[in-house]
Parts: sequence; C-alpha cells; structure tokens
Amino acid sequence: MSAITLHRRDVLASAMEERGDTLFVSGLGSTTWDLASFGDRPENFYLWGAMGNATMIGLGLALAQPERRVVVVTGDGEMLMGMTSFSTIGAKRPSNLAVCVIDNETYTETGRQPTATGLGTDLSAVAAACGFARTAMIRTEAEAKDLGQLLFREPGPVCAVVKVVDEDLPMSVPPRDGGYVKTRFRINLLGEERAIQP
Amino acid sequence: MDEHWSVAAHRHLKAAGVRQIGYVPDGGLRLLIERCLGDNEIETVMCATEEEAIGLSAGAWLGGQKSAVLMQSSGVGNTINAIASLVSSANFPLFAIVTMRGQWGEGNPWQVPMGQAVVPTLEAVGVKTFLAETAEAVDMMIESGLRMAYSTDTPVAVLVGQKVIGSKIWTAGKAVNQ
Repeated sequence: MSAITLHRRDVLASAMEERGDTLFVSGLGSTTWDLASFGDRPENFYLWGAMGNATMIGLGLALAQPERRVVVVTGDGEMLMGMTSFSTIGAKRPSNLAVCVIDNETYTETGRQPTATGLGTDLSAVAAACGFARTAMIRTEAEAKDLGQLLFREPGPVCAVVKVVDEDLPMSVPPRDGGYVKTRFRINLLGEERAIQP
Repeated sequence: MDEHWSVAAHRHLKAAGVRQIGYVPDGGLRLLIERCLGDNEIETVMCATEEEAIGLSAGAWLGGQKSAVLMQSSGVGNTINAIASLVSSANFPLFAIVTMRGQWGEGNPWQVPMGQAVVPTLEAVGVKTFLAETAEAVDMMIESGLRMAYSTDTPVAVLVGQKVIGSKIWTAGKAVNQ
C-alpha cells in the first residue's frame, strides 16, 4: 500500500469549489474545524458532540430535503463509532446523501491514538458491502480530483474515504452554541416563519 | 377501549405532522410499526441501534420535518449520549415511544435492570418521561407528549407500560405473551 501523502484541507478545498448550496453536517473534532476553515455559513451544521451520529443526522436531513444535496464530512474515529449507520443508510439508499470520511488513521483530538482504519478496517469497503451506490478510497492527487464529483453530483448514497496525513493544523472554531447553529440552519433552509413555528 | 393503542398512536403521529419514524423493532411496537410501514406519508427508517434514531430525529428537524423514535426500553441505554450531547445540548425537540420491559410482571431477569433504569437515565439527560399504564393513558399521553415536544423544543418520552402491552411468561420450552 502506498504511503499517505494527501493533506485534508487541500483536498477538501478543491472539492469545495463545487459545493454550491450543499447542506453540510460535520463530525465533532477535526472535521468540524475543517468545515469551518472554509468559511462559516448557515448551510453548515457543526457537531461538537454526539460522536458516532453525524451520518444519521445527515440521513434525517437528506430524507427531509430530497431536492437538496447533503454531505456529511467526518473523521475515521467518528465513523467507526457510527459504523452501524452504513447498513441503515444502505438499506434506505438516499440518492442525495454523500459521506466523506477524512481518514488519518488517528484519534486526533484525544492524543493521536491509532484507529482501526490503519489496522485493517476499510470504511469504503464497509459502505460498499452495506449497499452504498458509490464508494471510493482516495489516496492520490489524481484520485482526489474526483472528490467534488463524488460528493456533490454522483447519485448516492456515496461514501468517499480520503486517506490523509496526520498533521497539526490551525483550529478554525465555528459557533459552539448548538441551539444557535440549529436555528440559523433552519431559518436559512425553511424561511423564518416556518423555522420558528412548531 | 376496543381498538389497540397503536391505532390512536398512529392517528396522533399523523395529526401532529410526523413525517419520519426511526425505530428498532420490539414485540410491543409491532402493530404501530406495521401501521407506519403501511403509511406512504411517513418515511420509516429501520435503525441498527437506537442511538441512530436520535440522530435521524435531529436531522429531520434540521430539514423541517417532525419525527418520532420507537424503541424498547432496553434500547434507551443506547441513546443516552446522543440525547445528552445532541438533543439537550442544542435544544432539539425529540418525541419517543418506549415500550417497557423489566417492569410490571417481567419474567426475564436480564431485562429488569435496564427497565428500571429507563426513567432515571432519561430524566438525567433532560427527557421528560410519561408512563402510561392503560390504553386510554397511552392515547392521551402521545397526543399531549407530541404537542409538548414540538411546541417547547423539549425531549419527551411516552413509556408504554407492561400493563398495556403484556409480559412474556417464560417456561421451559416456550415463551408466551400474557
């Protein structure tokens, strides 16, 4: 297997040029800082907790908004914790949902302990085995050129795993008030009148 | 009351505008799940673990839809961190129907500890619980619980007691529902 050379923010930055009005959910920790680093926007729902649940939030959102593209960006540790959701999503097959796993084979936030993705678990293969419409393991610059297509245009459910180097990056901190981010997201998506009515 | 409690439960879910149901099957929920599966205005999501249904509910709400979580009491233990660090942290509404085990008339000792822990653990993470011990109470509590959850952004669980759903009697060679 080739050495890991891709850098998470470079790969994501190129793909993000194609994001349009995509709705995003980010897994807690590094992927929340990644998403925020491309600019805070109301279409982003950042997690600061709920480890293992990013993809299911994405599924509920994708089912509620079938005309909108929903992309979940999360890390390998977060995805391993919520791996059962691959079978749930594979059974439901939402065509507007894509999952992007930024895989540095490390629990970065807790002290860089190794995760199982460096010890045998191939998350894209798991997603494929669960019935995802399209899966990819991205290791090279050439493969990374397809990420925008995979995340924003390919019929889903898509799971794209990007192998990235483990590196220290500046933390880009989005709003941490979950109630605020949730209500801002709903007002932007639904309009103020609908968003604040029960 | 002649009709099964699931008939009124389904009616209230519809009247409240619930569009997504995340569930893990339970014998006590069988008829309600069948009603939801047969309703083409409701998207049902069979979850591999109850924790998933909490995320689904939050995602549905972000997208403008109300939802309900259906699970057995054993599954409550799987939901606690998701409720605490998502629903309660970000003030999401949540409505759950929990069919009870390990409570009145339980015959399986492995069900008792979690069944008894349902109310204290849910309350500890901010969920208001309402225990229904008759079909009439289930009817009333589901209607009012849905209103409370979605009018006040509060997590609410209606617990359907074993006096309503019955309890399994375990004897050698067979298990029967009483």
